[in-house]
Amino acid sequence: MQHTNTQDTFVGLFVAAGIVGLFFLALQVSNLSSFTAHDTYTVTARFENSGGLKVKSPVSSAGVKIGQVSAISFDPKTYESVVKLSIDKQYNTLPDDTTASVFTAGLLGEQYVNLDAGGSEEYLKDGGKIDVTNSAIILEKALGQFLFKSAEEKK
Amino acid sequence: MDNSVSPQNSLVSVQNLSFSRGDRKIFDDISLEFERGKITAIMGPSGTGKTTLLKLIGGQLFPAQGSVTVDGNNVHRLRRAELYELRKRMGMLFQSGALLTDMSVFDNVAFPLREHTHLPESMIRTLVLMKLQAVGLRGARDLMPNELSGGMARRIALARAIALDPMMIMYDEPFTGQDPISKGALVHLIKSLNVTLGLTSIIVSHDVQETAAIADYIYVISEGKVVGQGTPKEIEQSESDWVQQFMNGAADGPVHFHYPAKDYVDDLLSTGKRY
Amino acid sequence: MIELLQHLGKNTRTGFTKIGRGTFFLLQTTSGILSVLPRPRLLLNQMYSVGVLSFLIITISGLFVGMVLGLQGYYILSDFGAEETLGVMVAASLVRELGPVVTALLFAGRAGSALTAEIGLMKATEQLSGMEMMAVDPIKRIISPRFLAGFLSMPLLAALFSAVGIIGGQMVGSGLLGVDEGAYWSQMQANIDFQDDIVNGVIKSLVFGFITSWIALFEGYDAIPTSEGVSRATTRTVVNSAFSILGLDFILTALMFGDD
Repeated sequence: MQHTNTQDTFVGLFVAAGIVGLFFLALQVSNLSSFTAHDTYTVTARFENSGGLKVKSPVSSAGVKIGQVSAISFDPKTYESVVKLSIDKQYNTLPDDTTASVFTAGLLGEQYVNLDAGGSEEYLKDGGKIDVTNSAIILEKALGQFLFKSAEEKK
Repeated sequence: MDNSVSPQNSLVSVQNLSFSRGDRKIFDDISLEFERGKITAIMGPSGTGKTTLLKLIGGQLFPAQGSVTVDGNNVHRLRRAELYELRKRMGMLFQSGALLTDMSVFDNVAFPLREHTHLPESMIRTLVLMKLQAVGLRGARDLMPNELSGGMARRIALARAIALDPMMIMYDEPFTGQDPISKGALVHLIKSLNVTLGLTSIIVSHDVQETAAIADYIYVISEGKVVGQGTPKEIEQSESDWVQQFMNGAADGPVHFHYPAKDYVDDLLSTGKRY
Repeated sequence: MIELLQHLGKNTRTGFTKIGRGTFFLLQTTSGILSVLPRPRLLLNQMYSVGVLSFLIITISGLFVGMVLGLQGYYILSDFGAEETLGVMVAASLVRELGPVVTALLFAGRAGSALTAEIGLMKATEQLSGMEMMAVDPIKRIISPRFLAGFLSMPLLAALFSAVGIIGGQMVGSGLLGVDEGAYWSQMQANIDFQDDIVNGVIKSLVFGFITSWIALFEGYDAIPTSEGVSRATTRTVVNSAFSILGLDFILTALMFGDD
């Protein structure tokens, strides 16, 4: 019976290791921990152009991730991009004159929404709006402007 | 015809059985009776499908025609659960023993008890040791099947076959490939089990001496037909050339020594075809 | 020409009858699982020989595959100045593809071939037949527990493979080549999606576990009961498993990641 006992131990270890592996993948590798662990509140920001922003793109402030994009839609009346941001409840002291900008992480990195806190005493609430927004910088546009400018300077 | 075997007293009855494998007819309309509490032997040369007959009786194969009745049940008409219920009362000893290689001798004999009964482990132990004692291998209980000699494996398999106290046992070539001492031990065992437990025994074999020594009744089969039947004494005195050749082991006779071929001299003289 | 057609026809026919037998076998096996559940001992024994004995080869292979991914990924990504995304690349390749697929291939070679040989030998030595004559259904007693063990072990092994691989990639990437460790993990967490990547990877490995266990057990059960027949069946297990794994992987990938 000694034989089966050691077998049982090994099977137990194997199953435990496998489950640890699965948890590792779920919590350490994927974004599971970042959006199910906490309650969030939603604010809306309107951008002239949201560029390559996607649902689940990160929302950060001062370089720290505080939420993620939960929906992106197009407003056919104002021709704007309407972006819903889910922000972690623990960061509920963002001023209501906060600026939202679409930034790119690195030259070719992914795009994210950056929030720059303003100076207002009022805080953003669930369903609130961010009025001041900066659109995504479109690389081709920027390059075009840069070339145009340098060509003008030469004249 | 010998009428000493009456269907009323037979445990197993094979009626007009035909079975083919591919184009080859293994059995062609044979009928056999196996009397309760007796040892009945089926003899014949290798390749006559004796093992197939046991598988037909056990319901593992289906006949093309005819029926097999075991203890009043038509084996091939039974539903699966009923067939399994019947098989618990039928023991079979395979040629190789068919011991489960991943468990010890003890666990092998305990296997049918553990699968089919809810007996406590202490009682299973007692029963297993009794069965092992009956085959004289109580001391080998902790060995693994690959540590056993062929004769020992067969005796262990026999202990396993009688674990559930069946009403009958089918022996598939029990003497083949055994040394004389093992053969003697098996002959003694089969006979004593038959007497002490009142088991109906069916032996399939081509070992003439050993089988004739213990069988109560013998069928001789060749090419799908019964070519001779009777008590060992009757068979010995059979007038059939074929039976005589088989029982005496003559090289030539109705069964020719040579495989069918064209004339020997012609064959040597012809140039032969180049391939 | 006629002969060729005849040959083709014959092969098609034998192929279809084999698929038919295999399907019937699968139905019997899956229905036999119900009778395994009250006897966890049978399952535990098989988890040992299928899972535990594959553990070492899976983890070591996972580690090396992860390290190679770290190395190769670094060279390619550093050309674009995007070394921080190394973690994403390593994790995505492992979790989506290499984890389930390589694990399944190794599993077919290690556990699958062993299962075929075991069942084939049990058939050749009349153990299955003997069991039937003892009124024990060999499908329920022998096949179903092994099937269940293979099916359950595969996702665990694949998860281990991916996890060890991601750690291996990190060891090479930030230990050897100087990618920032924080970036490795945070970029990974930001880009690997639980639903799309992890769950889909697990679904893949469940499908692969199902198919390889089925093939291995059926080939053993269907083998010609001689030593030659069993050795051929073992080869067929590895070949057929590999084909099925790679073919199914393409189909599953198209279904899972197609609309994104």
